[in-house]
Amino acid sequence: MAGGSSSSSSSSSTGPSLVDSLFQRSLDDLIKSLRSQPVGAEPALLSRALAEIRREIRSPDPDTKAVALQKLTYLSSIHGLDASWAAFHALELLPSPSPLHKRLAYLAASLSFHPSTTDVLPLATHQLRKDLSPSSPPNFSSLALHLLSLSASPDLARHLAPDILPLLSPRASSTTTNTKNNNNNSSPLRPKAAVATLHALSLCPDVVPLLVKPLVDCLSSPDPRVVSAAVGAFAELVSATDPSPYLPLAPEFYRLLTDSRNNWVLIKLLKIFARLAPLEPRLAARLVDPLCDLIRRSSAQSLVLECVRTLFSGFPDHDRALRLAVDKVKEFLTNDDDPNLRYLGLRALTILGPRNSWGVVESRDSVIQSLADPDPNIRHEALRLIMGMVFDTNVVEISVMLVNYAMKSDPVFANEMLDAVLTTCGRNVYELIVDFDWYVSLLGEMARNPHCAKGEEIERQLVDIGLRVRDARPELVRVARDLLIDPALLGNPFLWRILSAAAWVSGEYVEFSTNWLELVEALLQPRTSLLPPLVRAVYIQAVFKVLAFCFSSYIDQLEASQVSSLGHSTTVGGSTIECNAASANCLSDDITGTESADGFATADKPASLLSLLEKKDPFFTRESLKRILYLIETAVGPLSENDDVEVQERARNVLGLIHMLQEIPAWKTEEEGFKKDKDNGVGKIMNLMQAMFSEEIGPVSVNAQKRVPVPEGLVLEENLSDLAMILTEGDIAPSMSISFTLRSHQHMETKDEAAPSVQSTYLLAEHRKRHGLYYLPAEKDETELNDFPRAYDPLLPVSHSDATEDLVKLTEQSLIPRKVKHTKPRPIVLKMDEGDGVLPSALTTVKESKDDMLSGAIHEVLLGNEGKPSSSQKGSSNKSSGRRMKGVSDNSESVPQSKENLDLGDRENRSSSSRRSQHRSHGKGRHRSSQNNEEKEEKSHRNSTRSGHHHERHEHRQRGETPLNAVPQAPAIQDLLL
Amino acid sequence: MNYIIKIHFVILLSRQGKVRLTKWYSPYSQKERTKVIRELSGLILTRGPKLCNFVEWKGYKVVYRRYASLYFCMCIDADDNELEILEIIHHFVEILDRYFGSVCELDLIFNFHKAYYILDEILIAGEFQEPSKKTVARLIAAQDSLVETAQEQASSISNMIGQATK
Repeated sequence: MAGGSSSSSSSSSTGPSLVDSLFQRSLDDLIKSLRSQPVGAEPALLSRALAEIRREIRSPDPDTKAVALQKLTYLSSIHGLDASWAAFHALELLPSPSPLHKRLAYLAASLSFHPSTTDVLPLATHQLRKDLSPSSPPNFSSLALHLLSLSASPDLARHLAPDILPLLSPRASSTTTNTKNNNNNSSPLRPKAAVATLHALSLCPDVVPLLVKPLVDCLSSPDPRVVSAAVGAFAELVSATDPSPYLPLAPEFYRLLTDSRNNWVLIKLLKIFARLAPLEPRLAARLVDPLCDLIRRSSAQSLVLECVRTLFSGFPDHDRALRLAVDKVKEFLTNDDDPNLRYLGLRALTILGPRNSWGVVESRDSVIQSLADPDPNIRHEALRLIMGMVFDTNVVEISVMLVNYAMKSDPVFANEMLDAVLTTCGRNVYELIVDFDWYVSLLGEMARNPHCAKGEEIERQLVDIGLRVRDARPELVRVARDLLIDPALLGNPFLWRILSAAAWVSGEYVEFSTNWLELVEALLQPRTSLLPPLVRAVYIQAVFKVLAFCFSSYIDQLEASQVSSLGHSTTVGGSTIECNAASANCLSDDITGTESADGFATADKPASLLSLLEKKDPFFTRESLKRILYLIETAVGPLSENDDVEVQERARNVLGLIHMLQEIPAWKTEEEGFKKDKDNGVGKIMNLMQAMFSEEIGPVSVNAQKRVPVPEGLVLEENLSDLAMILTEGDIAPSMSISFTLRSHQHMETKDEAAPSVQSTYLLAEHRKRHGLYYLPAEKDETELNDFPRAYDPLLPVSHSDATEDLVKLTEQSLIPRKVKHTKPRPIVLKMDEGDGVLPSALTTVKESKDDMLSGAIHEVLLGNEGKPSSSQKGSSNKSSGRRMKGVSDNSESVPQSKENLDLGDRENRSSSSRRSQHRSHGKGRHRSSQNNEEKEEKSHRNSTRSGHHHERHEHRQRGETPLNAVPQAPAIQDLLL
Repeated sequence: MNYIIKIHFVILLSRQGKVRLTKWYSPYSQKERTKVIRELSGLILTRGPKLCNFVEWKGYKVVYRRYASLYFCMCIDADDNELEILEIIHHFVEILDRYFGSVCELDLIFNFHKAYYILDEILIAGEFQEPSKKTVARLIAAQDSLVETAQEQASSISNMIGQATK
């Protein structure tokens, strides 16, 4: 452990006779002791080692310090210990003349320095500058470049940019070579300097004028490594920022593409062209042939893949080339030996996007087969590809295929598929769905999947469709019935939410049910005891609704038979069953008509329900009612003692109604007497009940609350504690109106205690009358408040039209980004899942604002240099904008000079990127200047406008016939294109 | 902070999930690093053989390849070329192999800093750097000899001083 072993190790101290260094453990010792430890003892050992290092690292002896730092580096990179506290000690060792110490110090620094949190970083500036200088050994400079490109902060990059410059330029590096490295004709530092330059540029756009030109020069270096590094740097710059400033370099890139035989370089060049080609159609035309050649000739799959991707993303209009690429992808997909190629083939097709969906259609078979691939990642990718290709024309086919396939698939992937179908079909309020009957039954089928764990979403969609899509309700009720009567489903906890939705649907839209007895039986079957209390409560509430509906229908039916017997002196019995089907459609209209017109207009109601009841009367015999009553009473009875309050409360509601009915003497007498009595007893109660449920709950816009005007005299800021008095007086809590399941409860309460609560209900009603427009139309206690006109009548028919409005609105909204997508050169299909992590999104927002600065600066340099190569960097950037000014006014005859001057004034304030877009829009100057204000506003929230910006620019490109001929960058491109 | 980076990090994991080397080109705090390693070993080590070498992770793509008992993982952007990264990994392994002479896990454990120096010659700041195996080997050897001679000098001097002070 002590001196002996450390002197034998190559990396240990052999130095001064201090006690610390004599007994210092070397890295090897540390590793050995860590490895020989049992698993559990590691944390203790680590903390002991850390304490040791903390002591040793303060030693004045550089050897001891170096070993301590090395151990710490090991612990931090392998065992994840925090090393940021030792940043200063790493700095202390940086100036060491010993290559060993320097290397260790740089390694420690590059592993532990964090540009934003290491506060000692500025202290390194001087040492880095010294190590970068041409007089220091090349491997010192190399270490410094490493650290610089890993851990530099913007300030550090700004300060050291002039020091990178000599390493980047060929002359300086050759002098270095001559002095230090005679047998090598090119400095190994130049490629590294190119990469460091890339990072300096990305950190600090100020240094662009200084560094971009030498970086461009690197492209024509004879040393392939330098070219490779420079191309790599440009590939990153082009892909991370706005590509348009790099267009003038296209000829240079093109030359390299045709000359180079190096696959690494070719791949990077293809990345650059994938971004540049959409900007310049002539460039794309020029590139097609070399790309196709590469696909045909190259044996390197990585290169072929990159060609395919470039063609897919950058050349959507070149059918011949796309055909070749799609054929290649088909080869990938059918490659049974290499899962990588299958995966990448699917990914590539995803890039192809909806614009060229034929490519996917052609390889359809292999794509669908990939759903059964042994690799979950490939299956996932295939699913994503398929879902990206869903349109309203094929949504049925694809969804059915996936749902059926999910039956056979393994649980995880089955749910992934169900989720994909649910998300896609539910997108933008069911934008894709035309046939809701089909979709509703599909939802029912999903519930039948034994692995289905998507109960929550299916529940939401079932209820949501019920609320939004009137025409789907009959089918919805049918699907719900099928789910409810199946006792097997009750045992599956994943389906409980779906069953809850089914119960609610069949209660709420009970009028579409065909067999009420069966429904009640299903809702009360013994296995419902398996359900959790909340779902059970929904079941019982549904029973309540069914009961109320049956009774009121029965009474109306009696009434109707009276009417008809009076009018036509015929009996009702079974006379009109035949027209069942024929009037099924008008039936729903009739009902909703009455509901929406005047919720509780007793005069209208029997007339409209007449047609309904005549058809269904065979089901409503006195016996069937009695049967239902008996069934409910026996099944719900025990639940009135249930432990769960929700279940108990609802059970008692139902039982209360039944008891109330049974206490009315007329019920016990024969049918005739019952008929006569109906106006006083049963009929009245049932009308109340029916009225309670007859009104619809409609979807409410998210913004509804905002639309409520604040009435005069209402001070919203004031403390609302005064309301407590009113609220405690009655039993009505305002929150009840929100939940539909509570309605009956409220109603019963108000009915029973009508007298004491009159005041509060009065106040509430008054309030609603004034602002009722924006309440959910869920309140049903107008029975007591008939004397007040219903304030929210006008909005009632909205429930349907609101849904369509929503749809229209949403499609409009979804059209806007779609427009952008179409005019945008590269549909961003791949970014679908980018919002997943917080990290990437946070990064991109910051990135964008800076990217604009960066690409703007680069634009200035590259274009400025084309025109005035001799002028100094700063001057050229100013002059180039001035020169551009002239260009603008020359080219746009229609725009008066004064206008341009105005623009110039504005321009000073704007960043270069907007200058660019304006510049390009010459000939439309007038139009643009009217948008100036808008543009300025946009600037304030830059991160959201990036895509719009692209869009704009592209548009202008299309408007101006051949913009590139007029702008200064044209000459650069012309030698390539002509 | 704005970074343009091709490879975000490199991690070497043993089959048992032990970390053998980590290099972070994007800034991650120590806490994030530990979390990333935990998540990735859960994602990658559980995958069976004969599956593809790519995993999606938080919008990035992690390309991994197993050599004997070691998993070499590199994280890239979703639209980067995965096959190219596989080639870089292979390149790295070949150079390690050449340097250590049929490299094994223990070589990397006891010479972790050497592995770093080699990696630094191949990747600088996440950019693939040096396509020639020979050049890398030569550079590393040159550095080693430089360090050794310096060390010999240092030790002889310090020995002399040590003896003188005795």
